[in-house]
Amino acid sequence: MKTLPRPLILIGLLALIAVLSVASMSAGRVWVPWSDWASRQGDPAWAILFELRLPRTILALMVGAVLGLTGAALQGYTRNPLADPGMLGVSTMAALGAVMTFYLGAAASAPWVLPGAAMIGAGAGVILLLALAGATSSVVTFILAGVVIQTMAGAGVALALNLAPNPWAVNEIVNWLMGSLADRSVVELKLAAPGMILGCLLLMTQGRTLDALTLGEAGARSLGVRLDVGRLMLALGAALAVGSAVSVTGSIGFVGLIVPHLLRPLIGARPGGLLLPSALGGAALVLAADILVRLTPSAAEIKLGVAMAALGGPFFLALLIGMRRKLA
Amino acid sequence: MSLLSAENLSVSLGDKVVLNGVGAAFAPGLVTAVVGPNGAGKSTLLDCLAALRRPDAGRVTLDERALRDLSSRERARRIAYLPQNAEIAWAVDGRTFIGLGRTPWVGAWGLTAEDRAAVGRAMAVTGVEDFADRIVSTLSGGERARVLIARALAGDPQWLLADEPLAGLDPGHVLDACDLFRRLADEEGRGVILTLHDLDAALRVADRVIVLVEGRVLADAPPREALSSQVLKAAYGVEAHTLAGVRGPVLEMVGRAR
Repeated sequence: MKTLPRPLILIGLLALIAVLSVASMSAGRVWVPWSDWASRQGDPAWAILFELRLPRTILALMVGAVLGLTGAALQGYTRNPLADPGMLGVSTMAALGAVMTFYLGAAASAPWVLPGAAMIGAGAGVILLLALAGATSSVVTFILAGVVIQTMAGAGVALALNLAPNPWAVNEIVNWLMGSLADRSVVELKLAAPGMILGCLLLMTQGRTLDALTLGEAGARSLGVRLDVGRLMLALGAALAVGSAVSVTGSIGFVGLIVPHLLRPLIGARPGGLLLPSALGGAALVLAADILVRLTPSAAEIKLGVAMAALGGPFFLALLIGMRRKLA
Repeated sequence: MSLLSAENLSVSLGDKVVLNGVGAAFAPGLVTAVVGPNGAGKSTLLDCLAALRRPDAGRVTLDERALRDLSSRERARRIAYLPQNAEIAWAVDGRTFIGLGRTPWVGAWGLTAEDRAAVGRAMAVTGVEDFADRIVSTLSGGERARVLIARALAGDPQWLLADEPLAGLDPGHVLDACDLFRRLADEEGRGVILTLHDLDAALRVADRVIVLVEGRVLADAPPREALSSQVLKAAYGVEAHTLAGVRGPVLEMVGRAR
């Protein structure tokens, strides 16, 4: 398939994001038409627009960008199109931190306790990851360290559910784990934004390293690429970005996996060239999914994480069928 | 004159000694073939020369400066390295792939016109212009070998180090690759260092052959002398001798040495 010019794709994605953002401000249980956008503070429409939907929209865009970008970076680093932001175990560590606040009943004491604990979990995950992976710059040890952390943190989450002091704690944990953007306010946005932005910037600097890794580790090193530095940047960037995102939204899967897959045939497989488009694509996908979730006429709002998983399954089925057809 | 030089290199992997006091100096404009039985340390020597591996003892110098004192970028601009069974992880087109060879030169804003010109020259020298828009992983083995060499040349290195570049090529493509390596040395004055299993190719392409056995240099001489019957017997355990062919010396394998 012939790839499209890069500026065209970037402009297209930005236009898509603009359209979705307008839709996101208007859509929900209450439809807020264009004419109400100029309403003054104190109006019910103002409260819905600027206290509920604006932070939710910005958060959706940022979380989507984080997941898309991290997915593209980790797929490039591991040279594996099945890598995703969860594979380093950092998001599971963040979830463990969050779950512990429910387990201990501390989550409700202040709005920053839950995301704060999740970020501490994510930070511990990074330190563990770098310590376990050791000084070698091998990609394999890095992935294995991630798998170990993910498994252990997953066991910790399961244990917290198992030993939960009361059914409400279980309920809260399960609800949070499903991942959602509902009722997130400016408080959560302010907590998570610095980490997400800094993490994304760190990841964006690694395009050249990822490109060179197309030639394998020896090939990349022979081109003068410092894989040890690259790995540190990727680990810190992914952990900061994903840790901050997970800390306010819970776990949202598939975005980091799907977005680079969708974009690769359109703009080419060079991993560095996929970073920015994947960030934009992830932002559009999460925002679109969040609008869809808001409009679903069910008694309880469908959780965003659940919706993504429900969309992800059929997507992989289509991918598998397409691959089988190509091989046949 | 530019000189790449290995001084008394020793490398151990676990308790196995892979290189044991290897020394050799390389001059530009020459093709050197490093041969030897499996596990003799050929690839390890090449890794040390490319600064991909730090020797336990000894050092590699480039123009009398220790290789590890050079920044990785500076080193990569001067020494290109082609790994064995080179990996091509993503389905990228030929032009993009060869452009990766410019990595030590490019700044923050991607390839400049100068970079593109260098990529064009590398494609012209190796004759891969037709593959610019083809996906590299879909090319045949012989075509891919030339694209890989073009990638290494895109950075305009003084030195080209290639680990088993002829492995898996049919005789026609072996000849093409040998001619290309010769041209890089003769016409462009680059220093070419190859590890080879194909001794006939070594006789054909090399100005000098280094025979490594168990991490030591057994012979280091022009091809006919380095690949003498004695050396071949000691290195490979085979009874063999060189014959005068129409074009040059060829190797006749008689059988296992007894």
